[in-house]
Amino acid sequence: MITLQHAYIVAGLFFLALVILSARDEANPRRLRNATFWGLLAASFLGGHAFGDLGNGLLALGLVAIAAFGLGQGKPKTTSQEERRASAERNGNLLFLPALIIPAAALIGTLLVKETSWAQNFIEAKNATLISLTLGVLIAIGVIMAWLKPPPLAPLQEGRRLMDAVGWAALLPQMLAALGAVFLAAGVGEQVGLIFAEYIPLDTRTMAVAAYCVGMALFTIIMGNAFAAFPVMTAAVGLPFVIHELGGDPVRVCAIGMLAGFCGTLMTPMAANFNVVPANLLELPDRKQAINGVIRAQIPTALPLLIANIVLMRFLAFP
Amino acid sequence: MLVLLGIAVVVFGFIVRANPLLVVMAAALTTGLAAAWTPEADLAAYYMAGRETLAQFGKAFNDARYISLTWILLAAIGLLERAGLQERARIAIAKVEAATVGRLLWVYFVIRQASAALGLTSLGGHAQMVRPLVAPMAEGAAEARFGALPDQQRFLIRSHAAAADNIGLFFGEDIFIAIASILLIKGFLETYGIIVEPLQLSIWAIPTAIAALIIHSVRLWLLDRALKRALSGKAEAGA
Repeated sequence: MITLQHAYIVAGLFFLALVILSARDEANPRRLRNATFWGLLAASFLGGHAFGDLGNGLLALGLVAIAAFGLGQGKPKTTSQEERRASAERNGNLLFLPALIIPAAALIGTLLVKETSWAQNFIEAKNATLISLTLGVLIAIGVIMAWLKPPPLAPLQEGRRLMDAVGWAALLPQMLAALGAVFLAAGVGEQVGLIFAEYIPLDTRTMAVAAYCVGMALFTIIMGNAFAAFPVMTAAVGLPFVIHELGGDPVRVCAIGMLAGFCGTLMTPMAANFNVVPANLLELPDRKQAINGVIRAQIPTALPLLIANIVLMRFLAFP
Repeated sequence: MLVLLGIAVVVFGFIVRANPLLVVMAAALTTGLAAAWTPEADLAAYYMAGRETLAQFGKAFNDARYISLTWILLAAIGLLERAGLQERARIAIAKVEAATVGRLLWVYFVIRQASAALGLTSLGGHAQMVRPLVAPMAEGAAEARFGALPDQQRFLIRSHAAAADNIGLFFGEDIFIAIASILLIKGFLETYGIIVEPLQLSIWAIPTAIAALIIHSVRLWLLDRALKRALSGKAEAGA
């Protein structure tokens, strides 16, 4: 049976290949840093289960140290603008098909595992989507290699080109998840609740709803993730005030409260995979700034939507 | 109270623009050390607390590897880029006469929101769709209408392509019952003895989804107007 561990081995081997290719890329003056960074990540995927908790902590510390010193940008050999244009003319709209293999495989794999019993013998049910996605990537690469016959190392070199473009931001979401676990263990949520209760008058529905929604957005901006903000803010303000004291319906309050947090996600560089990764991938000139072009494009939607959430919760959540 | 120092570290790191990975690690260690603070604690106690926090962080980091697993798809996307996928997207959209940047991004935004509401969150994303397809198509639509783009408008269009993906995803996915955020809410309420059905939660995500649809549709309409104002004068002057 294919388990998540197998998918991790695929990722580990991919990152391991980046180590070798990065180390030999003389066009990148920081090639050894890139090689070490991807090497630690490869080690994490291949051997993370064997390192122990402290070992994994030290590994994360090593990744952070290299990222803080700064990664370089590798320059793998790729096709020129003219060659790409010619290939686009030659191959036509068929080029779109392999790009659709990956989501299609993820969807079909997930559905098969959910709906049929035989697929469960092949794919670990609780990680069906991630495993199917990995299989989809491998199938897509196989199809492209057989069809267009690029050089054998092309998938690794092209992958390296894009991985270097994303850089350290690739690891921020995973690191934030780990920070959330440390915050939870230290009881940060309870403390935030005490402060809110002390300094903000939460005795009317409008005030409590506004404080909860704005608090969700603000805490999401700090944590980069509404999932991290939700337990903290809901335990601090949502449950004790909006729901228990003022009679809000828990389902409606929580559903809309989470979405108020999502408004915060649109406005923060801490949400790296949504706001920094695309700025890097799209090569925006202001991608290194805290408020990059993607965030600036999103704020004028996020703020009215946050107000809309406050209004919706105020009028819908107290039936 | 001292454990809030971790949040202060995040805010401070934000302000001085330190590397976010460094900020996250510093915040975690600060929080762990602050939690261990007592008037009697000596250096050895802090050393142990630091070790313990690092181990906590390491365990959670290792458990969350699935988040970074998805980067392997860049190998497939890179291969397609090499074969001219972005160029093909530009050619395809340039043939559609009615395409404007705003209309094109609006169509993508609506498809993204609707498919996320059906649980198809992987039908999109910045590496899979925005960089290889949506952004080049949007640029292609502007170029077909206005000719070569100045950098300012080019990057504005790219930013809006990423924004359409994010906003469509965020305010569509909660309508689907088996999405992580819905399961998180259900699990959270259960620990407080409140039992809810995922379906109820997803129904109450619909009002916000409609608000997001209205607000962002207006934004994209305004984007078209702004681009027209900035670029059509230039095209005439160039001709």
